[in-house]
Amino acid sequence: MSDGCGAPAQTATPADTDTQGQVVLAGKVTGNDGPLGGAYVRLLNDDGDFVGEVQASADGDFRFYAASGEWTVRALHASGSGEASVRTGEPGLYEVPVTVN
Amino acid sequence: MSREDVLVTTAWAEENLSTPGVVFVEVDEDTTAYDGGHIPGAVRIDWKNELQDPVRRDFVDKAGFEKLLSEKGISNDDLVILYGGNNNWFAAYAYWYFKLYGHDSVKLLDGGRKKWELDGRELTTEVPTREKTNYVASEQDLSIRAFRDEVVDAINTKNLIDVRSPDEFTGKLNAPAHLPQESAQRSGHIPSAANVPWAKTANEDGTFKTAEELAELYAEAGIDTSKPTIAYCRIGERSSHTWFALRELMGLQDVKNYDGSWTEYGSLVGVPIELGEK
Repeated sequence: MSDGCGAPAQTATPADTDTQGQVVLAGKVTGNDGPLGGAYVRLLNDDGDFVGEVQASADGDFRFYAASGEWTVRALHASGSGEASVRTGEPGLYEVPVTVN
Repeated sequence: MSREDVLVTTAWAEENLSTPGVVFVEVDEDTTAYDGGHIPGAVRIDWKNELQDPVRRDFVDKAGFEKLLSEKGISNDDLVILYGGNNNWFAAYAYWYFKLYGHDSVKLLDGGRKKWELDGRELTTEVPTREKTNYVASEQDLSIRAFRDEVVDAINTKNLIDVRSPDEFTGKLNAPAHLPQESAQRSGHIPSAANVPWAKTANEDGTFKTAEELAELYAEAGIDTSKPTIAYCRIGERSSHTWFALRELMGLQDVKNYDGSWTEYGSLVGVPIELGEK
């Protein structure tokens, strides 16, 4: 268990990652010129309520640990915002790319 | 108390980066954020290594707080502007902590690091040097800090506000969604607690909602603001954020932060726990 509650530094999540029985939502934020680093990425549940937020890595990578359900990932950056939705079920990796413009 | 008494805007901050007597302090759990770039002139406080006791689960004591602030070059007369990542959670925790040890002249940067970055304002990696001071702290003001026995006694009598996400409140998740979910303690919430997630008090850019919007939020959640209130989360930093909203922005008099929070309560033997939605 983590001692703190803060969001850890984000890294890329390879497609063959063992999710250890958890539902993992991961992806990359891209802008007009490719990967966009440092965006604030928010996870919203099916009611649109805030669930969590991380800051994407310099390469735009982010990751959340969730449960089964409908999720929206929303990215905020000085250059704009964007979002993408995903439905999750069984534990595993769900890839959610987000484009910001 | 008005918003301006407890918050500064990013625009104000940028205009006052070199104002004498104003000290900017970045407070994070992940201290690499500061290394990667911070507000020019800001010093860093490491939430885990500098504000927590290294052995016991508690804060640094009064002497430890005095030593820390003296070493950071903060004096009793300085106006301290706190900001940080994670929507100011740890900055709000530090704010509560400064108040606990009697430093009145302290404000939060509204929106914290996120708003500063979304505004496209300057960050630097240059670390400032500040002359050491002789900071003197007061004894802890326990009117703003709740301990476990008081929390158990507050069930069905005082307002208990659980500020974690709905999924943590109901027991579906054990930790925030950005963290792995392994966890040893019991899931659920304190009986009679209302679930008003901290995020509902903030806008998307991390700034706090207005006092009027906050009053509406807590009224809708059925909170009787004439009663004493205790806020808690998992480890006490998200609830510092809500404590700030209730006491500093809405002006409620009797609001305490339970810093032991769920990691303590959910591990106590024999206390009641409620599962599911309220």
